[in-house]
Amino acid sequence: MSGHAHAAHDESWIKKYFWSTDHKVIGLQYLFTGMAMAVIAGFAVYVFRMQLAFPGHEVPLFGRVSAAEYNALVTMHGSIMVFWVAMPVLIAAFGNFLIPLMIGCDDMVFPKINRLSYQIFLISALIAVSSFFVPGGAFGGAWTSYPPLSTSPVYNQTPYGATMWLIAVVLEFAAFLLGGINFVTTTMNSRAPGMKMFDVPIVVWMIVLASVLFMASVGPLVAGAIMLLFDQTLHTGFFDPARGGDPILWQHLFWFFGHPEVYVVLLPAMGIVAEILAVFARKKLFGYRTIIYTTVATGIISFFVWAHHQFIAGIDPRIASLFSVTTLIISVPIAEMVFVYIATLYGGSIRFRTPMLWALAFIAEFLIGGVTGIFLGAAGADVYFHDTYFVVAHFHYTFFPIAFIGGFAAITYWFPKMFGRMMNDTLGKIHFWGTIVGFNMVFLPLFLTGAAGDHRRIYSYQAFPDLNTPALQHLRITATIGLLIMLAFQTVFLYNFFRSLFAGQKAADNPWHANTLEWLAPSPPPHGNFAVLPTVYRGPYEYGVPDRHDDYWPQHVPDQPSTDGGVAPSRAAEAHA
Amino acid sequence: MSTSTAHAAHHDGYYVRIWATLCVLLAISILGPMVGIRIVTLITAFGIAIVKAYLVTKHFMHLNIEKRWVTWILVAMVAFMVVMFGGVAPDVMKHAGHHWQKDYVEPAVVHEEHSE
Amino acid sequence: MTHGHDAAVSTVPVATTRSVMEVPTGRLAVWWVLASEIVIFGGLLGVYIMQRIGHPGWANQSIHTNTLAGSINTFILLSSSLSAVLAHQAAERGDGPRAARLLRLTALGGASFLVVKSIEWTHEIREGFTITSNLFWSFYYTAAGLHALHVIAGMIIMLIVAAGAARNQHLHRVENIGIYWHFVDIVWIFLFPLLYIAK
Repeated sequence: MSGHAHAAHDESWIKKYFWSTDHKVIGLQYLFTGMAMAVIAGFAVYVFRMQLAFPGHEVPLFGRVSAAEYNALVTMHGSIMVFWVAMPVLIAAFGNFLIPLMIGCDDMVFPKINRLSYQIFLISALIAVSSFFVPGGAFGGAWTSYPPLSTSPVYNQTPYGATMWLIAVVLEFAAFLLGGINFVTTTMNSRAPGMKMFDVPIVVWMIVLASVLFMASVGPLVAGAIMLLFDQTLHTGFFDPARGGDPILWQHLFWFFGHPEVYVVLLPAMGIVAEILAVFARKKLFGYRTIIYTTVATGIISFFVWAHHQFIAGIDPRIASLFSVTTLIISVPIAEMVFVYIATLYGGSIRFRTPMLWALAFIAEFLIGGVTGIFLGAAGADVYFHDTYFVVAHFHYTFFPIAFIGGFAAITYWFPKMFGRMMNDTLGKIHFWGTIVGFNMVFLPLFLTGAAGDHRRIYSYQAFPDLNTPALQHLRITATIGLLIMLAFQTVFLYNFFRSLFAGQKAADNPWHANTLEWLAPSPPPHGNFAVLPTVYRGPYEYGVPDRHDDYWPQHVPDQPSTDGGVAPSRAAEAHA
Repeated sequence: MSTSTAHAAHHDGYYVRIWATLCVLLAISILGPMVGIRIVTLITAFGIAIVKAYLVTKHFMHLNIEKRWVTWILVAMVAFMVVMFGGVAPDVMKHAGHHWQKDYVEPAVVHEEHSE
Repeated sequence: MTHGHDAAVSTVPVATTRSVMEVPTGRLAVWWVLASEIVIFGGLLGVYIMQRIGHPGWANQSIHTNTLAGSINTFILLSSSLSAVLAHQAAERGDGPRAARLLRLTALGGASFLVVKSIEWTHEIREGFTITSNLFWSFYYTAAGLHALHVIAGMIIMLIVAAGAARNQHLHRVENIGIYWHFVDIVWIFLFPLLYIAK
């Protein structure tokens, strides 16, 4: 094939797995790092939910939970899940692995910068984790890190943890900026001959748009993070009112990024779900262009809604009204996309394999998350709901589908391509049901406790007489039991994943009979991906095309001159132009 | 390997002329405050900055012969910053409201002369 | 699909050689880098502007910035942008060694900028205008400091590109680092009036 393959044989293990510039290896590095960080953040939630259900009792495998430890666990759970699980798994792992394969080229355009981006990311993850072990422990000022709590060690009691958290986050931003440039440039410029813009698979579009959205929104927060870092370490007064600064400024800078950020993680998940829906309904994706235009519109609108996180921070109520309106508006395109996905299913021939179960669950669970966001987007209602568990339940009904349902969907779907083996479908279904039942058991009660007034970020209601509502304790316990069930079933996934890695049934190149180009490459693909780089002749969703023998029509297969009636004009001539 | 054949359109003297223009503009922007009228200072300082940035962008970065959509991407980023400013400034620049005010008073400048 | 036998080319994936959008990949990437930098500097400067307008009292502080140093530095960066674009022209004509010389001259301009800034800051710090003495100075040092970091990064990359250009290799990179350098110049074009003129 090329000099590459020969060189691979001679590479040491270190060079092959730690120093590789191959996008597939880098993608898997991100995946495994993200999975490891999920275990850490999952342990954190186990501990603090046990504390909430049985306050003051020793938590097995941890001990008694102090107020400071509780705050650190809550902060790091949120931070790790958003920055070191959702983003690396959905964007960096699958973006890296899939993009060159799906657009029919042999690697990213800047392989060395790609490797650098992972290395920076890894360092950021290590800093975040080691912050648990420094004097004072990990930062406990919430993932939103508002000053003056985050600037003053007198308040936060975690001077080292606070600064390490901030540095870890900034490095993670740098890693994703670098990675994003690779994704965007590669997709724009390195597509296979014949692959026009609207022949690119939706998941690639979504990852690219997410990268652009990230790039466009993170700048002010990078500036703000530098300012916060200086406040913490040099004692400047950027956010100190006594020195002329403004703590609300931080809130604005954080949320100006923070809101587009949720779409940064949502978009790849929706892309993953779209791919799976088309393949397992054997049906053309409904409204491909509509999805893209809607996504772009959503991305733009997402820059106009951020202050709905600050409704009770003292912002001008007239501005609050404006942001209420924009927030309610943004629910429309997302709802429309859900309808488009349902329309894709309608009339399809549905196969209920594990990836499809996850994709369907995404739609149902995210719907709950989206609908409950409407309550919070209305400023008047938010005055009550803000900082209650209603918010927690809402954003877990969005974030969990995004990160975990989307993540499991992607892993179970692309596992054969990544590792050359099939995962066990029965175990996959057991894992699926245990997770979904457990997940809903955690968060449905929290809507109720939140609506009843339960405050967030309180380590023990018993410590605050005004907040102590023993009547709700059974709901809190139910939520914790749901969590224990959900965590227990993750062992099924881990067993399935690692066993299949080594002993799973060997996978064919295209076990799901899908159209997109990654299924042309061997499972797993070698360096260089394709023996012969493909040419593209049609869009990615030609499933169930009439008068064809197969119910799928891969993108790289040339048109048959006479056997198919009424087909689209051949692109062979175009491709070679 | 470069496909930027259109970019080599100018000889060196052309760029030296642009540079000279930029230097003249710089001089004007320095002299502007000496007129003493605030609005003049603002125009010479920031108006000229915009002009200089435009000249560098057009003539040195060759953005005018680049693909159109590149310009749109960059303009979009600037537009997002305008949105950021528009949404944040009314809040941060407010110094009093119902039941509250910003108490901070700018201290008089006291700087120690360490040298001499 | 083969990789060339030339050692310098064989490690580049085919992906890097395609350009479906009809913009060379390296240059396209630099435009995206600029896009992300616009948002970073735009964020910082936007915040500075709103704070500056909201604190008229900062005029007492800003009067102490050294307009002469700022003007000299503006002139230096403008001139270094000239040498950068002339380097690009030389690269377009295939004259690698001349491009390298001009790039090194540009880097020298960057170095001079940093020297002037060091002298300026040393003087200001000695006078008591430190990063913590007033919020104006916090912004002053942060904004100019972030800019200076970008100058340093640009210089390093520029010298690497120049080393290759001197051997007539990767001449397309001369234009790309030039575009980045012009952006660094433009940021300073706005920093100059913000920190030195609007007193």
